Amino acid sequence: MNLHELTIHEALDLLKNKKISSLELTRAVFERIEAVESSVDAYISLTKDIALARAAAADKAISENDIKPLTGIPVAVKDLICTKGVATTCASKILENFIPPYDATVMEKLNAAGAVMVGKVNMDEFAMGSSTENSGFKVTKNPWNLSHVPGGSSGGSAAAVAADMCLGSLGSDTGGSIRQPASHCGVVGVKPTYGRVSRFGLVAFASSLDQIGPLAKDVTDAAIMLQVLSGYDPKDSTSIDKPVPDYRAALSGDVKGLKIGIPRQYHTSNGMSPDVLTAVQNAMNFYKDAGAELVDISLPHSQYAVAAYYLIAPAEACSNLARYDGVKYGLRDKESSSLIDMYRNTRSSGFGPEVQRRILLGTYALSAGYYDAYYKKASQIRTLIRNDFMQAFDACDIILSPVTPTPAFKIGENTDDPLTMYLSDIFTLSANLAGIPGLSVPCGISGDGLPIGLQLMGNYFAETTILNAAYCFEQATEFHKLRPEL
Amino acid sequence: MKLTKEEVLHVATLARLNIDESLIDTFADQLGNILEYVETLNRLDTKDVPPTFHAVDKSNAFRADETTDHLDRKSAVSNAPEEDDGYFIVPKVIE
Repeated sequence: MNLHELTIHEALDLLKNKKISSLELTRAVFERIEAVESSVDAYISLTKDIALARAAAADKAISENDIKPLTGIPVAVKDLICTKGVATTCASKILENFIPPYDATVMEKLNAAGAVMVGKVNMDEFAMGSSTENSGFKVTKNPWNLSHVPGGSSGGSAAAVAADMCLGSLGSDTGGSIRQPASHCGVVGVKPTYGRVSRFGLVAFASSLDQIGPLAKDVTDAAIMLQVLSGYDPKDSTSIDKPVPDYRAALSGDVKGLKIGIPRQYHTSNGMSPDVLTAVQNAMNFYKDAGAELVDISLPHSQYAVAAYYLIAPAEACSNLARYDGVKYGLRDKESSSLIDMYRNTRSSGFGPEVQRRILLGTYALSAGYYDAYYKKASQIRTLIRNDFMQAFDACDIILSPVTPTPAFKIGENTDDPLTMYLSDIFTLSANLAGIPGLSVPCGISGDGLPIGLQLMGNYFAETTILNAAYCFEQATEFHKLRPEL
Repeated sequence: MKLTKEEVLHVATLARLNIDESLIDTFADQLGNILEYVETLNRLDTKDVPPTFHAVDKSNAFRADETTDHLDRKSAVSNAPEEDDGYFIVPKVIE
């Protein structure tokens, strides 16, 4: 048995029955990281000493029968979630030396649940990107084919799970940044309802869209992690005070009578890979055979999601990123003699090209004379997109679609033209604009041997419904058990 | 559509960025392409549509006006590029 290959729920059973120790498990994960990290480049930093100390503490707790939901489980954390005393870089030169003096709420929750953080994982700088090529430090590779991207922006989170370099990870999803890399790497990724998981201590990109969520080897693990992460946090003014259901207990695998909406616009899009279409069609057939009812629905405004998103997200980003001014933390250009020069020189040398592009775009969209034409217009379209979903959920319980039009593309293939890259987010952006939950579950392998994910979206706070539907599919298929050869 | 060089430089000033001379054209092109694409939004009449700034309705989140745990001053300035006794040092602002 290779310990690093275990799922969280398998490892928890073995830990509880004292068949393995957390130290053995954690060491096995670090051995795996040492063996494959030079190929995958998933991690920005490793926290081995802290991890081994926490693993030892977990073993002691287990011996005293003090067992929490993630006691002794090695996890990775996207490097935009603040970790007290451990560098949090956002994959940006501007935060390269930033050591948070506090933990994000999700880190407090992970720590309280007994998890063992093994390191911080790579991402597109400030979560802006769909390939992890925009990292200020390195390009993460897709473990299934090292010449392909892992997706993004949570590319390190997805690659680390797929390559068994952790048992589960945290990512963040502003326009698909959990679901798309999960799909490209063949793992499960969940974007919860906006407000379900606290954003306190998450480095902000677009505050009305950002949401933290788990990436995991299977649906059960994702449910266990989501349980730990969810809940009201007074430190996040957008956090929603609503009871958290028992996600794992909701995994019955029964979808009889479940109404699954099939958006007609999502299956006729140009540029769809035939492999993706076939895999999604197979999943639809599976659900029908399992007793679910497929319902034709319409999301007529989803064709405007990319345009609305790429005004709203950069507008919010340029405002959020104004804080990187070289004064309070992060990089400072020390040569500048005036304050304004210091701002400009610091920001120009600290931000990478995609971040600068989005800051410029957002600034333009918010600037005098353009606000109504761009930001307000996009926010009105956002209402229409949200209304589409509300209407759809009158007719169905969940919505099924592809995650992305194609499997993972090649490294370097899309870097010249940002717009092409943006258009690949077509199926995932709407859920962020509407604030509803969505997930990706493995549903196929392309002819080139790359994973394909299935997206399930649910109504507000209906995480249990989409998790259970994904679980039903997963239990009947083997895709989640496939692992890349490294 | 392509932004003019002046437009790019103006926005860069607003955003407190310097744009390298060699990159102005690239940014002008790329931003122009994106703005041209978002023009598709104008196909929709949104005259009577209220904007959505937050997807999940929530009004102001207030808390009791009481002292709670907070970062101590030393930790709060621990990442400062330049700091003196709890104050951030910046280049001279007033000539």
